[in-house]
Amino acid sequence: MERQEYNITAYTENQVGLLNRIAIIFSRRKINIESLNTSPSEVEGIHRFNIVITETEEVVRKLAGQIEKQVEVLKVYYNPNADVVWQEMALYKVPTDVIAEKALVERLLREHGARAVVIRKDYTVFETTGHREETDKLVQVLQPYGLIEFVRSARIAIIKASDGFHRKLQEFERREPSEDVAENEFLNEREDVFTM
Amino acid sequence: MQTQPASAPTATETAPTTGAVATLQALVAEGVDTIFGYPGGAIIPVYDALYDFQEQLNHVLVRHEQGAIHAAQGYARSSGRVGVVLATSGPGATNLVTGLADAQIDSTPLVCITGQVFAHLLGTDAFQETDIINITTPVTKWNYQVTKAEEIPEALAKAFYIARSGRPGPVLVDITKNAQMQTFEAPPYRPCTHVRSYLPAPRVRREYIERAAELLNQAERPFILWGQGVVLGQAEQEFKEFVEKSGIPAAWTILGVGALPTSHPLNVGMLGMHGNYGPNVLTNECDVLIAIGMRFDDRVTGRLDKYAKQAKVIHLDIDPTEIDKNVQTTVPVWGDCKETLPLLTTLVEPKQHSAWLARFQDYTAQEIDAVIREELFPTSEELTMGEVLQQLNELTGGDAVIVSDVGQHQMVACRYALQNQSRSHVTSGGLGTMGFALPAAIGAKFGAPERPVVAVIGDGGIQMTIQELGTIMQTGVDVKIIVLNNQFLGMVRQWQELFHQRRYSFVDIQSPDYVAVAAGYRIQGQRVDARADLRPALERMLAHPGSFLLEVMVTKENNIFPMVPQGCSVAEIRLR
Repeated sequence: MERQEYNITAYTENQVGLLNRIAIIFSRRKINIESLNTSPSEVEGIHRFNIVITETEEVVRKLAGQIEKQVEVLKVYYNPNADVVWQEMALYKVPTDVIAEKALVERLLREHGARAVVIRKDYTVFETTGHREETDKLVQVLQPYGLIEFVRSARIAIIKASDGFHRKLQEFERREPSEDVAENEFLNEREDVFTM
Repeated sequence: MQTQPASAPTATETAPTTGAVATLQALVAEGVDTIFGYPGGAIIPVYDALYDFQEQLNHVLVRHEQGAIHAAQGYARSSGRVGVVLATSGPGATNLVTGLADAQIDSTPLVCITGQVFAHLLGTDAFQETDIINITTPVTKWNYQVTKAEEIPEALAKAFYIARSGRPGPVLVDITKNAQMQTFEAPPYRPCTHVRSYLPAPRVRREYIERAAELLNQAERPFILWGQGVVLGQAEQEFKEFVEKSGIPAAWTILGVGALPTSHPLNVGMLGMHGNYGPNVLTNECDVLIAIGMRFDDRVTGRLDKYAKQAKVIHLDIDPTEIDKNVQTTVPVWGDCKETLPLLTTLVEPKQHSAWLARFQDYTAQEIDAVIREELFPTSEELTMGEVLQQLNELTGGDAVIVSDVGQHQMVACRYALQNQSRSHVTSGGLGTMGFALPAAIGAKFGAPERPVVAVIGDGGIQMTIQELGTIMQTGVDVKIIVLNNQFLGMVRQWQELFHQRRYSFVDIQSPDYVAVAAGYRIQGQRVDARADLRPALERMLAHPGSFLLEVMVTKENNIFPMVPQGCSVAEIRLR
């Protein structure tokens, strides 16, 4: 079976420690996570992981099963790239004088659909969104003109054939309000507490 | 603060309670009667509360936290209930890791409660602080850190529910010291019956049952493999009815042993690397393989690409990730076998596969000639492990709970111990944890106090957790201990002999005088090295009121056969 990029979408409770529980499913098998994004989902209180890896369908199916088996995971889907619509965002920081002085650079930025986010005397930050090849291309283009910093976000992906999670949620459990995340409230109280 | 109500709180009233007391109330409400533990700084408030709970909770003080968790495993395995462990933070908690890994891979329901440093000290490298949540994440079914007393009842309710439901497993709840000390308005305890993100067992799909029955009804050489799922699902009776109606020969994994008595005519023996000859060879000749509550471990399957390739495979399991994990199924039946087996039994036609069953019997006869007779009734001068088990069988009639450690003696115990009923053999199957048996036997006895418990341990394994003799001494628990001493780390030695040109690298292990060690713990003992003394010594051990250690000197260089060598197909099993 052929290895290809797969997009794993996991709907989960919002819990401290769940990220680690999911991450070690990959690291245990020495599989690298290429991209990982956590965000809210269309259902209030339910979290959504987008994970990208390159593996065979069989491996991805087993990984998805292992993720779904975790107590606080509601549902996992996996899709090849053809089945999702996805975007990544990239930021590029370049010296302002280069942009200002070289008409060519301005044209290149326009060609790649880059938008200025911040313009300062010394540097300008541009932003693009798109697939990896697209955001990568602009890095190569800007490199000769003194690219100072570059960063790209994780991939976010929407499943083409999905009806959303509202209905699915009702299918396998009664609707309950999400539990609040219990975080440690005591970290800033060191001086007030006597300990042994 | 509210004043304490004079009457007992009703279903809706709250009562001011410390986190520590709430912890113990939760245990009592969950029906826990025995806990295994060891105190320490970060769990002192719970131990302080325990002082007033001694009527309701029997706390067994072990000698090492690894002993506590193995004992809890033994308790859970012999009783079918949730094993409970109490330990402190830092080293107390990390000492649980081996037991957690063992319970995770062997699906044993445990609730482990660890103390933790004050919440405001988390992440400061405080004294005895360790990140036990992250350390135990890969070896727990679920874990949770509590930093406020109010979270305790709900966290523990969830812990028990998750540990025992679905495919069982160990959970760990880490409670910071401030949460144990804090007083809060505790509502009456509510057990957990539902976690919306967690589906313990699915609704059974009839169409798969029908397809499975159809395959079985057409089969000429069907073969059942069963595992611990039958035991965990408390489906022994349902399983027996299925086997008897379908007339299909059935073989077991070492954790499934006893779900069908050893003496049952359709029980054709043990699967796997050191399993019986017939079940291994005929795995590759059956036309329909039906696996029930087992996970096709590599020690069972041998080389996968030559495993039962000719057969159509039906797999019943409660854990959907086990289906198609190692062996491709023709018909998956996802569900609790307590539910799926009766449905299947209704649809299968009553049959007798006499000719096919006779083939298993032929192989058994060959195995008896080549291996079993000499092992159980040796003509050699030296004692064998097998004859110790044979004599034990004759004396107990198969009614004892056997607890075995890991290695050659484990394979002998699994192969030869008679089992009349389920939950009669506790052993570390998946993880292969040496040192498991002595503490597990202690727990097994607390879990099944009415049954005799016999630990069968090698001279390597017993030295790993021998300090638990102290637990036996202090609690007076009645555990019979048989040390099968071959003066070697025998299983590794066997591999070195067979596959590494007899280069015996660090397997020559010395033993202390076990009878003297036992005497030091005020446990009676005896050492046997002559055949004539074996039977009387076993009789003495079994008749002795209280614990007894019997050391039996056995052949130094004996090998366990049959054997499926690593990397070989099950059909390539060797008799010698």
